[in-house]
Amino acid sequence: MMDNHTEAFREEAYELLGDLETSLLSLEEAPDDMELIQRIFRDMHTIKGSGAMFGFDDIAHFTHEIETIYDKVRDGKMSVSKELINLTLQAKDQIRLMLDITPHGKAPQEPILQETIQAFKELAQEGEGVTSPLSPTSASPWASPSPIKEVSAPGMATYRIRFKPSPDIFLTGTNPLFLLDELRSLGECKIAAQLGAIPFLDDIDPERCYTSWDIILTTDKGTDAIKDVFIFVEGDCELTINQINNASEIDPEPDYKKLGQILTERGDITEEALQGALKEKKYLGEMLVEKGLVTSDKVESALIEQRHMRKMREKTQAKDEGISSIRVPVEKLDILVNLVGELVTVQARLTQTALDLHNGELASVAEEVERLTAELRDTTLNVRMLPIGTIFGKFKRLVHDLSQELGKEIELATDGAETELDKTVIEKLNDPLVHLIRNSIDHGIESPDARISAGKTATGTIRLSAVHSGAHVIIQIQDDGKGLDKEAILSKAIEKGLAHPGTDATDKEAFNFIFLPGFSTAERVTGISGRGVGMDVVKRGIDALRGTIDISSRQGAGTTVTIKLPLTLAIVEGLLVEIENNRFVLPLSVVEECVELTREDAKRSHGRNIANIRGGIVPYIRLRHEFRISGEAPPVEQIVVAGVNGNRIGFVVDKVIGGHQTVIKKLGNIYKNVEAISGATILGDGTVALIVDVAKVLKNVELTEAVFN
Amino acid sequence: MAKIIMTVDDSASIRQMVSFTLRGAGYDVVEATDGRDALSKMNGNPIHMVITDLNMPHLDGIGLIGELRKKPACKFIPIIMLTTESQDSKKQEGKAAGATGWIVKPFKAEQLLAVVKKVLG
Repeated sequence: MMDNHTEAFREEAYELLGDLETSLLSLEEAPDDMELIQRIFRDMHTIKGSGAMFGFDDIAHFTHEIETIYDKVRDGKMSVSKELINLTLQAKDQIRLMLDITPHGKAPQEPILQETIQAFKELAQEGEGVTSPLSPTSASPWASPSPIKEVSAPGMATYRIRFKPSPDIFLTGTNPLFLLDELRSLGECKIAAQLGAIPFLDDIDPERCYTSWDIILTTDKGTDAIKDVFIFVEGDCELTINQINNASEIDPEPDYKKLGQILTERGDITEEALQGALKEKKYLGEMLVEKGLVTSDKVESALIEQRHMRKMREKTQAKDEGISSIRVPVEKLDILVNLVGELVTVQARLTQTALDLHNGELASVAEEVERLTAELRDTTLNVRMLPIGTIFGKFKRLVHDLSQELGKEIELATDGAETELDKTVIEKLNDPLVHLIRNSIDHGIESPDARISAGKTATGTIRLSAVHSGAHVIIQIQDDGKGLDKEAILSKAIEKGLAHPGTDATDKEAFNFIFLPGFSTAERVTGISGRGVGMDVVKRGIDALRGTIDISSRQGAGTTVTIKLPLTLAIVEGLLVEIENNRFVLPLSVVEECVELTREDAKRSHGRNIANIRGGIVPYIRLRHEFRISGEAPPVEQIVVAGVNGNRIGFVVDKVIGGHQTVIKKLGNIYKNVEAISGATILGDGTVALIVDVAKVLKNVELTEAVFN
Repeated sequence: MAKIIMTVDDSASIRQMVSFTLRGAGYDVVEATDGRDALSKMNGNPIHMVITDLNMPHLDGIGLIGELRKKPACKFIPIIMLTTESQDSKKQEGKAAGATGWIVKPFKAEQLLAVVKKVLG
């Protein structure tokens, strides 16, 4: 998980560095462009902040120094010079290098960084208030051939470790298995237990340790890290650590060492014994064991080394041949997703044709194509998935800063950071989540004193969690603050004319008021929240992602906001319906059931659009009227009952065709103001079906009714 | 079930820091102010690990380790001692008495948790 974070940071940092470079080059053209300077400062600031959070301390430290300089530039205390730009570009390269070569961005060579910082400082001194003279700094550290090249990555290496604990090791409370676990955590590790010293059952003293271990470990952490594992048992065990190979080296030998060579190297057999055994044409391992020259454990251990090294070598070769990840512009991915969408459509048509033709052979090909298409679709969509942790990280800082500003003690706990969501969803989720967390900090969590007098811990907790649930991701922001005050919300709603006096609302209804524009119960306006902008914006943001948002709260105990989002915006499970030969798709996620509507049924409700479904009353909307489709409705229509904002609403159509996996296409700019339709999809037969935006249709109807009443 | 760790120290602030860190990581913590207190609190309590200071009144850390190793219930549990840089010789003394390992003061929460994980799995 941690690696996920660091990887995410690395990605982000590379992106920022790229941006930084572009900005710097533009700045050269327009040295007075404040916008650019701000941007450079921001990039630096982000690299610094995130770097420190994920343990890239050297990067954070280094970047801090440069940020300080740009702070001066920003404040007009220093002007932009060619030297400054050059120096910053160099520094950018160094940060990139720090990111490139080590897992935690350790400084490759202190002196270089120090020199750079020094150069910045000199520049700052002379730059203050003076416009750039061609100073000697330009000739200083960077004029000489760049020393950066000398820096080499520590690299992967493979170690052969023999760990033979003293028989008394248990008496110091040491469990050697935990040490082996720790070794495993260092890298690719294979362990062979040596059981040769275990006596017969009668002679076993259960308080003594008879086992020893041969370990083959490939790691980039170095010998010291391995020694650290054994730090407490150094004196109580026989421990040998030998580096056997540098996995990144390209070995001229096509294969790794032979078994005999490994055994002699380890001192398990002598050269003569090996030669003797080799004369007989059998498997060497079996032979040596048969002859009693070596135990089978030892042979097994050597074989493990052989296999391990072969595997590592294959890996490095694969790496040499191709880079492990590439960056691709999102537009290219979008094109790919679109193409896959069209392929899905064509495939549906193929399947249909095969069925219509009653051609068994064609049907089996179609089936195969169907399977492959489904796989291709999933893989393609998966490419755009990112762990939601990429934005979780940013919130830690937010909570830290805001809670300090407000004098509150707040901890942010996150859960499920590895949950993956479509990149576009994640990007659009940022702002709503920031709003919600700010709300929790400002309105939710009380001051430490208030918390203690309420019998809580002084430190409040905001828990941010993400979890998969079918085709959805559920995100929760949970705080243990004071909770929502239902009465206060209701009286505010009445005061604002949103509810009638004396209204009795359920918790849910009451809490829904806070999603209305301009609603805030905070008595004072702080810099963080309370202006009543926020919750309605949050709701709109989530709506745009085709998600839902829900609040539950208990006064005194805290508030939980639950957001349910679709995994991807590119594909929607839909219900295909028909009105007068026009096809429409309703998102399946809102559909609850389908029932028939006969003319008699419709008459019985005396012209009101209300259906009685199993004793419950469901108002319905005739999509035929709503979309102004001419022609007459068939004698038996269908009501598709949808759950919208907690209410059941029926949508009347001519015919329900069935489930349909829909690849969403945008309608294009001309239709961007069409409210009731959220997109279109191409069907198996090549015709177009429009995707109905259920919530918007409902809103339009409500508006029209409001006008008439 | 959460594992129970006993922290033995005559300094309340160290005890507090250790408890806070361990509780935060999901362990249960029993606090004792010195070796004698530790032994009395040990009786009847299932303790999975002990973290003890060395310089303490009544019964010091080395003495406590020796006493604990004599108890069947504590014979194989991990015991970590808190040492300072200047007490390097104490490490060997402690090991000889049966300590599993040590943490050098001052230490950070992460270091403490790393050592606990190392010996407690």
